[in-house]
Amino acid sequence: MSDATADAVAPDTRATGRYLYIASVVFLCAWVIVPIYFLLINTLSSPETVNSFPKPFWPEFDLGSLTFFAGFAGMLTALKNSVIVAAMTMVMSILIGAPAGYALSRFEFPGKGLFRLLILLTRAFPLPLLALPLAVMFIQTGLDDTAFGLALVHTTLAIPFAVLITFSLFSGIPMELEEAAWTLGCTRLTAFTKVVLPLILPGITASAIFAFVISWNEVFAAAVLTIENRTLTAFLLQNLDTSPLHLKFAGGFILVVPALIFIFAVRKYLFAMWGIANR
Amino acid sequence: MNARILPYVLILPVTLFLCLFFLYPFVLVSKQAFSTGAGFTLDNFREVVSYWKFPISMQNTLLLAAAVVPVQLALALLMATMVNRMQKGRDIVLYIWTIPLGISDLAAGIIWLAIFEQSGFLNSMMSGLGIVDQPVNFLSYTHPGIVFLAIALAEIWRATAIMLVILVAGIGLIPKEYCEAAEVFGASPWKRFTRITLPMLRPSLQTALVLRVILAFEIFAVVAALGGTLFPVLMGETYAYQFDLLNSGAAAAMALIILAISIGFTLVILRVLRVPKGATI
Repeated sequence: MSDATADAVAPDTRATGRYLYIASVVFLCAWVIVPIYFLLINTLSSPETVNSFPKPFWPEFDLGSLTFFAGFAGMLTALKNSVIVAAMTMVMSILIGAPAGYALSRFEFPGKGLFRLLILLTRAFPLPLLALPLAVMFIQTGLDDTAFGLALVHTTLAIPFAVLITFSLFSGIPMELEEAAWTLGCTRLTAFTKVVLPLILPGITASAIFAFVISWNEVFAAAVLTIENRTLTAFLLQNLDTSPLHLKFAGGFILVVPALIFIFAVRKYLFAMWGIANR
Repeated sequence: MNARILPYVLILPVTLFLCLFFLYPFVLVSKQAFSTGAGFTLDNFREVVSYWKFPISMQNTLLLAAAVVPVQLALALLMATMVNRMQKGRDIVLYIWTIPLGISDLAAGIIWLAIFEQSGFLNSMMSGLGIVDQPVNFLSYTHPGIVFLAIALAEIWRATAIMLVILVAGIGLIPKEYCEAAEVFGASPWKRFTRITLPMLRPSLQTALVLRVILAFEIFAVVAALGGTLFPVLMGETYAYQFDLLNSGAAAAMALIILAISIGFTLVILRVLRVPKGATI
């Protein structure tokens, strides 16, 4: 009813409002995309163009900067280290986190509140700072400057998310399905592997990818804990003062690409996960 | 296995892991901060606080958080409400808006460096439009305001997405009936937003703000990429203590100071935005 009167009174205001709305959506999309596009131009231009002025506003599709990046001493190793650490983080955070997510969604047990508090506490904490004391501890145990040592710290960062995402995933699967499987002769374990696991596998993949991105992007702990075996972020950070512009931009672009793909892959789960995590 | 023991077996790995890599290092860092070799002392704190860079980096960090977080909150709220009433293209718009979520602070710093550096796109645009004759070196000590602006823009660009995701998820949890009822009684869209959406969104606002404010005090790589030494911040100083000055006691003290500020602000946010008992959805 109010719509009808509004239409009758001021159709112009309505149309203006609509255009304003569409314009702001387009503007906000451009706000996100245009800076990435600028980085893309720089990456796909020759080193000379990157350092020249003024800049072209479209890429010239020259692989000079990327070739320079690939040829820069230590860069490919750093890239490899980043992938290794992120892959380890991914595996560990799911293997350790998923059982806890299952426990939270299926059981009521004394101490559950305390456990949830511990998980939430880690999330509300400047975790990379803890890399400082761990540096000392790792030297004592021989884990210093290894991919595994860094992966352990990154797993600490990723675990709260892994637990919360898997918790929300398991909660989305009715307990009755499992119970039906038990009556049909499955044990708890086989009911889990044959009924629950296939259902949540896509979600598990999404949370694994999320863990990968967390590790891939982490800068501070990586810079503190690695010296010879730098990850890509640590390597770029360390060489910020000295490296030429085209190296920075190519490196930045390599950092961004997985992010674009991964966010696309997990987009469906992002919101479900935070919906649960808010409670 | 016994259903009473099973949950404990399942949460055991996480608990052990967090004790070893979260609680234990926390104890270690406190020990390191409060000792210089023999016994309890506050020397480390005295040292870092009296260093000439400390007030500047503290001020910079707080100013940056004060400038960035409110803008992000407003922007995220705007985006979340816009997405909420969108019928067509919701998925693609949400994907685009959440892209920065996967981008690291270092990469975000580099992206905005491409815009603000001397031969960058801002200068190219301005000279194309005839505003400047010579490219200006924005990121130098002669333009402290622009350095601040560049860092703030990069942070707003990068980290609004995390708030957006939390708020979109939160708005999705609010039952549609409330807004429909308000509409029936003739409440304007603005009134519906301030009287229904905002109060109902309080738990999500709490989560989003706590997370964002903590991350704002941890700002490090964006600053390193854009400002370098021009714009000292707390986390950067911590890194400098650990690496350039090789003083891990001082670094630990800095870590505890950042931690204390984070916890302080978290408590304030939780208190201000507290959800009255029994008022959850």
